[in-house]
Amino acid sequence: MSKNLELLTAPLRKANPVTVLILGICSALAVTAKLKPALVMALSVTVVIALSNLVISLLRKGIPSKIRIIVQLIVIATLVILVDQFLKAFVYDVSKQLSVFVGLIITNCIVMGRLEAFAMGNGPWESLLDGIGNGLGYGIILVIVAFFRELFGSGTLLGFQIIPEGLYNFGYMNNGLMILPPMALIIVGVIIWLQKPEEDKK
Amino acid sequence: MKDRYIFFYITVLTAVVALLLSAAALVLQPYQEANVNNEKMMNILQAADVNVEGANVQELFNKDCVKMMLVNSKGEVVEETTENYTSSAAFKMNLKDELYKRDNGQDFVLPIIVINNGKENVNVLPLQGAGLWGPIWGYIGMTSDFQNVVGVVFDHKSETPGLGAEITTEKFRSQFQGKTIFSDGKFVSIDVVKGGVANLAADLQKHSVDAISGGTITSQGVNNMIENVLGSYLPYIEKQ
Repeated sequence: MSKNLELLTAPLRKANPVTVLILGICSALAVTAKLKPALVMALSVTVVIALSNLVISLLRKGIPSKIRIIVQLIVIATLVILVDQFLKAFVYDVSKQLSVFVGLIITNCIVMGRLEAFAMGNGPWESLLDGIGNGLGYGIILVIVAFFRELFGSGTLLGFQIIPEGLYNFGYMNNGLMILPPMALIIVGVIIWLQKPEEDKK
Repeated sequence: MKDRYIFFYITVLTAVVALLLSAAALVLQPYQEANVNNEKMMNILQAADVNVEGANVQELFNKDCVKMMLVNSKGEVVEETTENYTSSAAFKMNLKDELYKRDNGQDFVLPIIVINNGKENVNVLPLQGAGLWGPIWGYIGMTSDFQNVVGVVFDHKSETPGLGAEITTEKFRSQFQGKTIFSDGKFVSIDVVKGGVANLAADLQKHSVDAISGGTITSQGVNNMIENVLGSYLPYIEKQ
């Protein structure tokens, strides 16, 4: 039981796909200007990793090893297209903001990394947990980055005004750099910087 | 044997995936189309200065829409619809295709959507042009005599956030309200200018709006888009 729990919690910090393995940076920069798309992206990636891990784990004994990468790609691509179609049907405005980045989940290194490294050699239940854990680990970084970018870049959170109007009258201004991708890289860097010494101590 | 297994495996997998995806596409298509239509209706209503906040867009559109027309290059009305708006040719029209036909000297038709915003009838025209990184588009609402702008809506595919992408903001769009596209009876379109509208001569101010700082190419794109598309409506406008 504790081993399964470990599968779920390790990717949140110790083995975080973004800040420790440095995977999935591209989309982490692109969709974190606002909190809402970041949340939807985190959820989409979690669903894709969890389900593709599960499917590949179930199929793992039958997959011919010569074409295993192709099979993995087919499974990932199918799930991503399904997620994209669902977003377009039910949360249209968010799917517009995410635009190509939903499709690019297919090339997100985290997904394929987990399939190769974990699902090909472990049972379905463990793979599902590992997928959810890694999706959440990716998502938590997205949400942290988006929180700071939206708060200081637009003065809002989830679209609601947080920075009081009065502050603007005193000359406070939204930071334009915050909503540009370089700032996301800097925030991710700061998170790694804060996290690294602590991990090294252990 | 091994190769045969691989071949069999991948064929079955592909067939299963294809079936799954086609089924999903078929089931979800109506919802997706409804979303696209809804957004279009919302944009058209906003360009006519109708408050869409919290309203059922479809109901509001059917109530406020007076008629839809298609006009040709000579300014003649070739089709007029007063019901089933979302399935009409004017609503579904792809403006880009028509502008392409125009630029190649072929016959083309352009849509006009007439919306009653409670005060007056507004002619809403679609816009389509190029920004810095990709296409920009929108709608412009004109008074019934085509003299003044009632409202505009812009959208874009991939303009720079914080710079060119600011064309979608209320601050930029509200500048267009009340501007005129004619000067002494001559078509002048609306100029998106640098250096401040307030510094211009009074007669120029009537058809100028401020560009976006740092979004020069996108602002220029908006300028060209309005001139390019409205110019094609001139034969019709001159008959009014």
